[in-house]
Amino acid sequence: MPVQTQAVGKTFPPMVYAVGREKIREFASVVGETNPLHFDLDAARAAGHDDLVAPPMFAVVYGLPAVGPALFDPEVDVNFAMLVHGAQEFEWGPLVLAGDEISTTASVKAIDQRGELGFYVFETVSHNQRGQQVCLGTWTNIVRGV
Amino acid sequence: MAGFDVGDQIPELKVTPDRYVTVRYAGASGDFNPIHIDEDFAKSVGLPGRILHGLYSMALLARAQTDASGGPDKLKRLSVQFRGMGLPEQEITVTGKVTEAGGDRLVVEAVAVQNGKRIIRNAVAELEL
Repeated sequence: MPVQTQAVGKTFPPMVYAVGREKIREFASVVGETNPLHFDLDAARAAGHDDLVAPPMFAVVYGLPAVGPALFDPEVDVNFAMLVHGAQEFEWGPLVLAGDEISTTASVKAIDQRGELGFYVFETVSHNQRGQQVCLGTWTNIVRGV
Repeated sequence: MAGFDVGDQIPELKVTPDRYVTVRYAGASGDFNPIHIDEDFAKSVGLPGRILHGLYSMALLARAQTDASGGPDKLKRLSVQFRGMGLPEQEITVTGKVTEAGGDRLVVEAVAVQNGKRIIRNAVAELEL
């Protein structure tokens, strides 16, 4: 059965994520970060930041709440049982700090098929409360056996 | 970047994810796909057991870049392809080689390997001083 492509171009309502200190510490700790900018407020301030600094891959934390509804959208029609994460790209702007409010808009960038693999590509654009683009994400999911 | 030229390796990063890291990463990231946290479910869909989140492995690869380059503000772009699957309790090694160096910009091509298999390949990182 060919993949359904009518959802390409669909854009979802923005999701706002409030970045907290303890979430930064929790995430940084799980992925093994040791840089004090992620843990120690005094160290972050001494380095010229207003608050704890999120590691770059914290983009997953504020991005996923926007990607979720896109991935589960009935029009996108993803077969979750056969879903694997194929590729990921992030492009970062200014650092994300504790206290920031990050607004992320997800859209369906591409849906196509190569053989029995369906490729579902989502894009997220994240801005901070000052309107600066802090991250552009490209999330490529592969569904086997389409 | 100071100290790096084309062809140089960035410092290798070795991590052995503990048995419950997928549970903690699920909580930290918000990705609760049961293939990462439920042994029975993972086996029921043909996996050897709970597998690592690809984005967790990507975070290790990103950390190798920020550790090498001096901090989180240095990493401007990272693209990766996930292949195979990462498993808990088995060592992951991240290596990377500088392929472009000019001005304050550096490009690193990197891989994450576990049990001789590349679980992340074709990773390209752009770093700026």
